[in-house]
Amino acid sequence: MRKHDFSYFFGEGMRNMFSHGFMSFAAVGITVACLVVMGTFSLVAYNAQVQLQQLESEYEILAFVDESCDDAQTKAVGRAIEQRANVKECVFISKEEAMKSFEARYEGDNMFQNLDPEILRDRYAVYVDDLSISGKTAQDILDNVEGVANVRVDEDIAGGFITLRNVASVVCIALIAILLLVSVFIISNTIKLTTFDRRDEIAIMKMVGATNGFIRWPFVYEGFMIGLLSAVLGFGLQWLLYESVAKSLAMSDRLQLLTIVDFTSIWRPVAAIFAAAGILIGVGGSMTAIRKFLHV
Amino acid sequence: MIRLSDVVKEYESGTTALKGISLRIEDGEFVFLVGPSGSGKSTIIKLLTGEIVPTSGQIAVNGFSLTNIAERQIPLLRRSVGVIFQDFRLIEKKTVYENLSFAMRAVGSSPREIKKRIPYVLELVGLEEKTDRYPNELSGGEQQRVAIARALINNPSTIIADEPTGNLDPARSLEIMRLLERINQLGTTMVVVTHEKDLVNQFKKRVVTLEQGVIMSDGDGVGYNAR
Repeated sequence: MRKHDFSYFFGEGMRNMFSHGFMSFAAVGITVACLVVMGTFSLVAYNAQVQLQQLESEYEILAFVDESCDDAQTKAVGRAIEQRANVKECVFISKEEAMKSFEARYEGDNMFQNLDPEILRDRYAVYVDDLSISGKTAQDILDNVEGVANVRVDEDIAGGFITLRNVASVVCIALIAILLLVSVFIISNTIKLTTFDRRDEIAIMKMVGATNGFIRWPFVYEGFMIGLLSAVLGFGLQWLLYESVAKSLAMSDRLQLLTIVDFTSIWRPVAAIFAAAGILIGVGGSMTAIRKFLHV
Repeated sequence: MIRLSDVVKEYESGTTALKGISLRIEDGEFVFLVGPSGSGKSTIIKLLTGEIVPTSGQIAVNGFSLTNIAERQIPLLRRSVGVIFQDFRLIEKKTVYENLSFAMRAVGSSPREIKKRIPYVLELVGLEEKTDRYPNELSGGEQQRVAIARALINNPSTIIADEPTGNLDPARSLEIMRLLERINQLGTTMVVVTHEKDLVNQFKKRVVTLEQGVIMSDGDGVGYNAR
C-alpha cells in the first residue's frame, strides 16, 4: 500500500466515522455495552476461580505421627511424605501447636481449655497438587510411610471443590461464548446499517472502477477505530465498575471474606483483551457487513 | 471500440431483454441509442459496464471481452468507460471537488494528479467557479455537469450516458447535449441512451433504434421516429 493511499484510507475511515455520527455512536455504544457485559462476567469468573484456587490451596490431609516416634523419626516421616506422589508440600504441626489451634477454635468454652497436649499426636498437614486423588494420596501415605499412625482426609470437601470448579468452568465458557456470539451478531448488524446507509457511495466507487480492496480499506479503518474507541471506553467503564464493586464488598460485613483481585494487578491483560476483542469485533463486523454490497 | 455480436440476454424471471442484437461502435463515434421503455436500452448499458453478462453472444468493449471477463478485470473495464445517469448519483455529503477527487482516488491517482486534473475538467464542463459547492446547492443542469465531469475525470475512452437529460428542462437538456458533443469532439466515444425524440433530432448523429430487444434501425442522421 502506497503512503498516500494509507493516509487517504485512514482519513476516509475517520471522516466516515464522524460524518455518520449517529450510526458510529450506536456502534460504539453497543460494542462498549457488549465488552463491559463480557468483561464483567469474565472478571467475576476469574475472581471466583482465584477464590476457589485459594480455598483449594488451603485444603489439607492430616497425617498423624505415631506416638512412639522420637524427633528424628518424626522428621523422617515428614521427608518420606514429601517424596510421595501428588504431595505439593508438607508442614509439621506439633501437638502443642495443634492444641493451641484446637483451643482457639473453641475459645470461650471452658470444657475445651487447658487440656494436656499429650492427648494429641504430632501431625503433618499435607497439601496436594491434584485434589481429585486426595483420597488415594492419603491411603498411599498411610500404607507406605512408616511412622504414620493415621490420616484424615475429607473427600467430600475435595469432591465439592472439584464439582464447583468444573461447573464454574463450563458455565463460564458457555456464557462467554454465547455473549461473544450475540455481541458479534448485534455489532455486525449495526455496522451493516451504517454500510446500508452508504450503499450508493459504494455503488459509485464500483462504477468508476474502484477495486474491492480500495472500497474495503476505509471501512476496515473505520471498524478498527470504532473497535479501539469502544475498547478504551469499555475498559475505563469496566475499571470504574470493578473498583466500585470491590469497594462495596470490602465495606460489607458479610462479604468481607471474599478476596477480590486488585484491578491494578490485572489491568494489563484486561486492557489487552479489551483492545483485541474490540478491534476484532469492529473490523470483523465491518468486513462482514460490507461483503454483500461489493457485488455490484 | 464497442462490439456486440448476436447478443441475447434472458433474465432469471424469464424475460428476454435482448434477442440476438449485433452492433459495432467505432472509437470516437457519437451514437444515440433510442427506444421506448422495455426495449432493452438499460440492459445494453448493464452489459457494457460489466454489471451483467450476456446469456449468449459476444461483447467486446475497449479491448475487454465481456463474455468471459475475470472479476478482477471489471474495475479496469469500468475505468475505460465513464457512465452518466439520469439521477446524477453524486455524493451529497461531498463538495464538487470532493466528488471528483473521490472518483480519481478510487482508481489510485496520486494527490498531485488529482490537483492537476480536476481544474481542467471543471473548466471543460464550465463549473470552475463551483468547486466548493455541495450538490444540493447546484441546479439540476449543474449537477449533471458534475456527473459528466466525474465520468470524464479518469480520462475514459468511452462515455455512456443513460438518459442524461431526463431530469432537466429543454434548455438545460440542449446545453448538456452540446457539452457531450464537445467532449466527443475531443476524441471520446459517446453512447447516449435517451427517448427524447426532439433532442435527438436536433443533432445529426448516428441513431440506433431498439424495440422489444431488437434493433429496428441504425443509421447516420436518420432521426428518431418514436411511435
